[in-house]
Amino acid sequence: MTLKRVVVTGLGALTPIGNDVPTFWNNLSAGVSGAGPITKFDASKFRTRFACEVKGLDVTQFIPRQEARKMDAFTHYALIATDEAIKDSGMDLEKVDRNKVGVIWGSGIGGLKSFEDEMIDYAKGDGTPRINPFFIVRMIADSASGQISMRYGFRGPNYVTVSACASTNNGIIDAFNYIRLGRMIMCVVGGSEAAVTRAGIGGFNANRALSERNDSPETASRPYDKERDGFVMGEGAGSLILEEYEHAKARGAKIYAELIGGGMSSDAYHITAPHPEGLGAYLAMKDALDDAGIDPSEIDYINTHGTSTPVGDPQELKAIHQLFGDHSFKINISSTKSMTGHLLGAAGAVEAIASIKALENQIVPPTINLFNVDEEIDSRFNLTPLKAQTRSLTTVMSNAFGFGGHNAIVIFRKLS
Amino acid sequence: MSEIAQKVKNIIVEKLGVEESEVTPEASFTNDLGADSLDTVELIMEFEKEFNISIPDDQAENIGTVGQAISYLEENAGK
Repeated sequence: MTLKRVVVTGLGALTPIGNDVPTFWNNLSAGVSGAGPITKFDASKFRTRFACEVKGLDVTQFIPRQEARKMDAFTHYALIATDEAIKDSGMDLEKVDRNKVGVIWGSGIGGLKSFEDEMIDYAKGDGTPRINPFFIVRMIADSASGQISMRYGFRGPNYVTVSACASTNNGIIDAFNYIRLGRMIMCVVGGSEAAVTRAGIGGFNANRALSERNDSPETASRPYDKERDGFVMGEGAGSLILEEYEHAKARGAKIYAELIGGGMSSDAYHITAPHPEGLGAYLAMKDALDDAGIDPSEIDYINTHGTSTPVGDPQELKAIHQLFGDHSFKINISSTKSMTGHLLGAAGAVEAIASIKALENQIVPPTINLFNVDEEIDSRFNLTPLKAQTRSLTTVMSNAFGFGGHNAIVIFRKLS
Repeated sequence: MSEIAQKVKNIIVEKLGVEESEVTPEASFTNDLGADSLDTVELIMEFEKEFNISIPDDQAENIGTVGQAISYLEENAGK
């Protein structure tokens, strides 16, 4: 059978550097950092006391208070970003066959704060369990996709993918497959995370994954810099509308880009450390190129996973060099986590949006805070340091890797 | 209004997001105040916490209106 083509027709973003896509993109291309002191809890006793938080958000502007209180913040973020994506797509909810619209969302953790709050409350009592009846539904990761479906009446396939920081890309690839097989006409994909909490910061501090540059939060996320010391926790959501190409064309939708390939692999190596030679990353990128049926030389930009951890960054570049050879040095590479922080399960979502906006604007967003490239990294790479670069872009790749050794890669192309 | 009745009303207003004027003794949680089954469980739990009592399931089943909640709590709270 002939596979159908899949395009992106709507975008929504709620991020540490902008609560909608236009603001997000303006700040991303201008090199603005979203980091600052943690305001969500008293972090004074934590090793890391800063993060990239979502700012200035009044949830009740989007979700009635009575509904909102039955959801965790990661679900608020999911709904708010999806509202923007659906509006942006111009879909007419009365006309579209909503039985054929799915929701495949990504979250690395789910309702972490809801879990913490309830258990802390329980621990303060005498042991009598008085667990709130909304506790489970606030906490479980799939409540985000469930709430999106209820808000819009989307009755197609509905679930959440969980593969740590690769979660959203796994969801995008699933939706890609269902749509190209003709099993759906549209799908809301994306991811959300709200882990700037005591357990989130404390937990990632404990495995020494977070930057501890407390005296300069805005320069702490510095992928590829020789003085990088860990990632900066981000939070928020990204939402994309994937749509079967003929369906999008027939309704006259604005088409941002075509999704042409998805690749997946596992490191099968270590629960947190990436494979030292970047084997899993190599396999996933190769799988994505093969799926797209394109030559490595066609890739113009890679939005890397590049988290700013000492061990992770060089391995990904080694894998890129191995796969792309000399073309590696012609590609623009950047890690937008230098600005947004690391949104964990939602990272793939905001980075897919960053990649698509890069295509749309023919601008590569920068890797900020890259003052001195690590000597371990080949100096011939164009890591798009400090400032955005303008160039002709046709095909872009977005990488996501997760604890557990999960790797998931997506490739977007300007519609020809 | 008794102190208990006022506290009950406050909890209902807070948890169900309704106006205090709607919280009349005859008002049914599910039919009049928009509660679903989970909301009702939450209300009972909030009453238990507020008045530091335990309401057995078979008695909780009989608390379906504001008035029924107030009378039950006036009879059983603080004992």
